[in-house]
Amino acid sequence: MANFEYVLPPAPTANVKTTYGQEDLVRRSASNIPPPSRQLTPVAKLIDVSKCIGCKACQVACLEWNDMHQEIGFNHGVYDNPLDLTPESFTVMRFTEWVNPESKNLEWLIRKDGCMHCADPGCLKACPAPGAIVQYSNGIVDFDHDKCIGCGYCIKGCPFNIPRISQVDNKAYKCTLCSDRVAVGQGPACAKSCPTHAIVFGTKEEMKQHAEARIKDLKARGFANAGLYDPPGVGGTHVMYVLHHADQPQIYANLPKDPRISPVVELWKGVTKYAGLAAMGAFAAIGFLHHVVTGANRVSPEDEENAKRLAGGHR
Amino acid sequence: MTAYDVESGDQVHPGNPVTVDRYTGGARINHWITATCLVLLAISGLALFHPSLFFLTGLFGGGQWTRAIHPWLGVILFFSFAGLFIRFWRANLWKAEDDTWMARLRDVLTGHEERLPEVGKYNAGQKVVFWSMSVLIITLICSGVLIWDQYFAEYSSVETKRFAVLIHSLAAVTIICVWIVHVYAAIWVRGTIGAMTRGRVTGGWAWRHHRKWLRELVGKR
Repeated sequence: MANFEYVLPPAPTANVKTTYGQEDLVRRSASNIPPPSRQLTPVAKLIDVSKCIGCKACQVACLEWNDMHQEIGFNHGVYDNPLDLTPESFTVMRFTEWVNPESKNLEWLIRKDGCMHCADPGCLKACPAPGAIVQYSNGIVDFDHDKCIGCGYCIKGCPFNIPRISQVDNKAYKCTLCSDRVAVGQGPACAKSCPTHAIVFGTKEEMKQHAEARIKDLKARGFANAGLYDPPGVGGTHVMYVLHHADQPQIYANLPKDPRISPVVELWKGVTKYAGLAAMGAFAAIGFLHHVVTGANRVSPEDEENAKRLAGGHR
Repeated sequence: MTAYDVESGDQVHPGNPVTVDRYTGGARINHWITATCLVLLAISGLALFHPSLFFLTGLFGGGQWTRAIHPWLGVILFFSFAGLFIRFWRANLWKAEDDTWMARLRDVLTGHEERLPEVGKYNAGQKVVFWSMSVLIITLICSGVLIWDQYFAEYSSVETKRFAVLIHSLAAVTIICVWIVHVYAAIWVRGTIGAMTRGRVTGGWAWRHHRKWLRELVGKR
């Protein structure tokens, strides 16, 4: 166990210095920022679905590290608990019972759902509040709750349906990839807690290599379509999956096959934003010019006389 | 002839000059509640529409307040405008002379009113503003409720909300443009604003711009 290559280092207890901060932002919602002077090594979390045993240690670790208190719910007759992501639960295990049509085997597919940390984040694109969503050059997409206004635009921008708005403080919440832990050289809480190392964390390059070995192993065991889920439609993600059936990600509780920012969102946050301001400006400018050219439309003394004659005519 | 476009309270007072009552106190209060809501909605909406205008949220006490207040203003505007709609819809029905008026829009804009047909209480331009506002406000309240996540998040899918937010922003841009036309026309045509402040216009104003309406009012006495 001690030799396992992805066992995380012991937590530092003294002289902890953060290794990155605001100076490392590559994107900031509703803002233009200069490119950072340095590039951090991109990081990634790799979730090997084939190794997951559904113990939910990651859910517990997430609640504990982030000091959240998910309300005690009800058993709905399925393993998913809570049934969906909530403002308190940044991650949930989604259980799918799937009958493989080729082997007729019942396969229990367990996918840890949560923010994918897209390289092209739809939430950040949709966010109207300056600085409420930020992206660091290591790939982490994080929410700054002090700046969040609770509008829910991030939900509309997200191709994975991840952020949730709290009814308590009206702010959006999602997985931070434990950016606070990563900043001090630690891996995410979920990865640290995973007993089978189905969740591992490291540089994105390392994680891809690790995934390659896992995929080779799965293929050798008969999963011909095993592969890595790092969808190019969103520029790749900093949370990746190893799937035994990478050709049909949708069987894993509707993991989208080719996620991308919705064209409706692109239209709303793209041409509409600029054409809208231009149209309003044009109307105001035309009005101004029209007044300059034609002058005021005034009632003449003759008009008043005509009115007097008309109104008086019936006396 | 039944005067479809004479509204309650419209009346001519002979004198020097002749004055004409155009809007009752109720109609004016109704109008200015609607107008205030529309302006506040435009400011708060624009603040969330383009990042360069986000600073406008400061007028409402910050982003959270802006987000919370905007939909409620919309509800007030919807009901307030419904009041205006009930008051004004009949007089805004499209008539034959409105086609002629529209066809001669060039004469309207160049101030050649002598070439235009006599029109009733509202000309074709005002009618277009009225019906545009009506359609756009219904569009805005419907799309707005769909994206009012604080109370109605669970009633529609994310995909529906994406379309709703796009339609909401397009309708908002359009209504602001219509509003610019409305305000500009009131400023350009001198003597108009008094109709909505004191409720009266001069007889000359009515003769020049709404002669058919003036004739109907005189004929009614």
